Amino acid sequence: MAAGVAAWLPFARAAAIGWMPVANCPMPIAPSDKSRRQDELIILNVSGRRFQTWRTTLDRYPDTLLGSSEKEFFYNEETKEYFFDRDPDVFRSVLNFYRTGKLHYPRYECISAYDEELAFFGIIPEIIGDCCYEEYKDRKRENAERLMDDNDPENSKEGNLPNLNFRETMWRAFENPHTSTMALVFYYVTGFFIAISVITNVVETVPCGIHQNQKDLPCGERYSVAFFCLDTACVMIFTVEYLLRLFAAPSRYRFIRSVMSIIDVVAIMPYYIGLVMTNNEDVSGAFVTLRVFRVFRIFKFSRHSQGLRILGYTLKSCASELGFLLFSLTMAIIIFATVMYYAEKGSSASKFTSIPASFWYTIVTMTTLGYGDMVPKTIAGKIFGSICSLSGVLVIALPVPVIVSNFSRIYHQNQRADKRRAQKVQKARLARIRVSKTGSSNAFLRSKRNGLLNEALELTGSGEEDQHLSKSTSIIESQHHHLLHCLEKTTNHEFVDEQVFEHNCLESGMKNYTSRSPSLDSSHGLTGTCCSRRSKKTTHLPNSSVPATRLRSMQELSAIHIQCGEQQALSTSRSSLNVQSDEALRLNCQSSQITTAIISIPTPPTASPEGSLPQPSSPSQPSAGVNIVKVSAL
Amino acid sequence: MGIVMGTFSMQPKQGGFRKDKAEDELEMTVVCHRPEGLEQLEAQTKFTKRELQILYRGFKNECPSGLVNEDTFKQIYAQFFPHGDASTYAHYLFNAFDSGQNGSVKFEDFVMALSILLRGSIREKLRWTFNLYDLNKDGYINKEEMTDIVRAIYDMMGKYTYPVLRDEAPRQHVDAFFQKMDKNKDGVVTLDEFIASCQEDDNIMQSLQLFENVI
Repeated sequence: MAAGVAAWLPFARAAAIGWMPVANCPMPIAPSDKSRRQDELIILNVSGRRFQTWRTTLDRYPDTLLGSSEKEFFYNEETKEYFFDRDPDVFRSVLNFYRTGKLHYPRYECISAYDEELAFFGIIPEIIGDCCYEEYKDRKRENAERLMDDNDPENSKEGNLPNLNFRETMWRAFENPHTSTMALVFYYVTGFFIAISVITNVVETVPCGIHQNQKDLPCGERYSVAFFCLDTACVMIFTVEYLLRLFAAPSRYRFIRSVMSIIDVVAIMPYYIGLVMTNNEDVSGAFVTLRVFRVFRIFKFSRHSQGLRILGYTLKSCASELGFLLFSLTMAIIIFATVMYYAEKGSSASKFTSIPASFWYTIVTMTTLGYGDMVPKTIAGKIFGSICSLSGVLVIALPVPVIVSNFSRIYHQNQRADKRRAQKVQKARLARIRVSKTGSSNAFLRSKRNGLLNEALELTGSGEEDQHLSKSTSIIESQHHHLLHCLEKTTNHEFVDEQVFEHNCLESGMKNYTSRSPSLDSSHGLTGTCCSRRSKKTTHLPNSSVPATRLRSMQELSAIHIQCGEQQALSTSRSSLNVQSDEALRLNCQSSQITTAIISIPTPPTASPEGSLPQPSSPSQPSAGVNIVKVSAL
Repeated sequence: MGIVMGTFSMQPKQGGFRKDKAEDELEMTVVCHRPEGLEQLEAQTKFTKRELQILYRGFKNECPSGLVNEDTFKQIYAQFFPHGDASTYAHYLFNAFDSGQNGSVKFEDFVMALSILLRGSIREKLRWTFNLYDLNKDGYINKEEMTDIVRAIYDMMGKYTYPVLRDEAPRQHVDAFFQKMDKNKDGVVTLDEFIASCQEDDNIMQSLQLFENVI
């Protein structure tokens, strides 16, 4: 129950008089206010600053320090006040929470100090009002990340987990070269060979000087043996490295699928294929081109360069913006190319032979390159050409701020990851608040059992435990529970848990002993409700070994429902009278785990509906396979 | 280029937006109501000054404007019955509290009704309850009105009940009620029939005394 409306509880209870004429059975006794204190002022002395408030204000939230009896530990007998040695500024917000029901987070407060105060006073931070919750969460996240950043360098410098096996050490060496000297050596060696292979590829194509057939020979063909040896050496190193990585990878399948390994494979394959294929000019030429992929190995350095990583991440994160930009660019190119083509169609010897041919002109013009290999000659063409180049300037100006803003955005934490985290946090927060709210309805069910135990104990005369049990709920809670109890009595139905409800649905879907009216067609109505779904699913029934215990009040039948096992055998008529089904059930019920006697019911049968239940079943033998046997305990 | 044109066209719309907001703010003047003096209320009701103070503090906390409208009323009442839907019953209650039928409950109405319910005589309580049940305030309770009330009460139980709530339950309840209350079997219950039948029933008499010590 939201404690903010605790003040209206007297009104709700008074309004319950409206149910009285409707109710058929007598109402439970109201909880008496044992300590009839008048509403008094409490003085709270927090480090010298005195706060005063009504006692009932603090009682609104009985699960906090100030609302429960825990504050008695801080009571000062001489000065007749409660003394707390805490920060008085933060206490203002805490006390305002009791007064208004909303917890606010003051922006000037340090987040960890605030958290400590809340923890001391037993208030969960999730109830911070929506006005201040975002701020609170942001500050908390910043704080957590700052602490994490402080811890990370410490962790990496410390000696790491001692129990890594050889394979895992190798993997860590590959991923992070700073872990050991060997790893560093390996890293530099591979880096050197990558550089060598890239330079080799570059120098291979430089013309070297010997003139043959009026054409300069590229160095690759002049010193083919030397280059071949260099190439072999590099490829061997790369192959060894790849195989070692493959061996060390924790998940080989995942490693094979990763981008870097694909690049590695693509880089070394041409060499091997080249070995196999000999002297076939065209094919080997194509494979030599594939060597260019080896240059992508340079991207491996990005693992250790923070700036490159951020750049890559930026491009990835604004991929959607860039994609949209590309799309709009394509549209513009197509439009202008079409226009230029039709404009230049008339002129003779025009280079604009087709629309795809005009694409080249449009791109070159829009990006302000202006090679001049294609130039419009007609007036219309020149007009549209100038419009094209002007719009191109605008289009180029667009992606730059996008990328810049993304870059700065990533430096100040990725918003998308935050939103995802915030959504999860929001869900978690709502779940926590929901739990604390349903805690109130569950509290009623719980205290019902407690309270009835109470009454049972009262009847049997043991008074001491009674007091102990009743103190556990505050007076407001007990009054609220009494109110709900009156509602139950009025409607002759009880509040139950969701699981118990479904359990009952299953039961009553099988046999309609719970029908309160003697009419037969009520069973169809039963299956028309929620239970219709359940009755179709009755392949496995709830285990009979777990009895659904429900203690009712003394004025009604106190019954323990015990279910007979082996009910899967029930296949036939479900939609009939209790009497008829009894026989069918008796036949099908193979083992009755409980044989008990039915004791007569104290209440008159018309008053309570459950009273009518045993009447049809009592003629049947109690010891036989009756499914539901009611045992009254007193 | 289209984007540039778009941004230009957006400017005038914003101006209109701002104007609407200003008008809304002017309309949002808070209606406030202050109750009569404490002595007058003490004279009119059966509460002591201290009890009225406690009541007013709670009232003012929840409704700082001094008036409860139906939505607030429903919200407050729904907090006490988290399992089910208390809005229908709260609606009927609101009509019963709102003696002036002007859509809002003032503190005086609130306190008068509470005075009857908690400190009134049996007859007064029963008359108030009759007034609650008589939805159209014509002096008679017929079966439809009673069914509405009983259904509203059952709605407050929610879905998870034992035994499972069925549609005929309210109707049966109403039938039982009418059987008891309707003395001359004319299909409606008048105030006298109601009071007489209730006074015959011990259970009801007992439960009416239940909430005497609420404040």
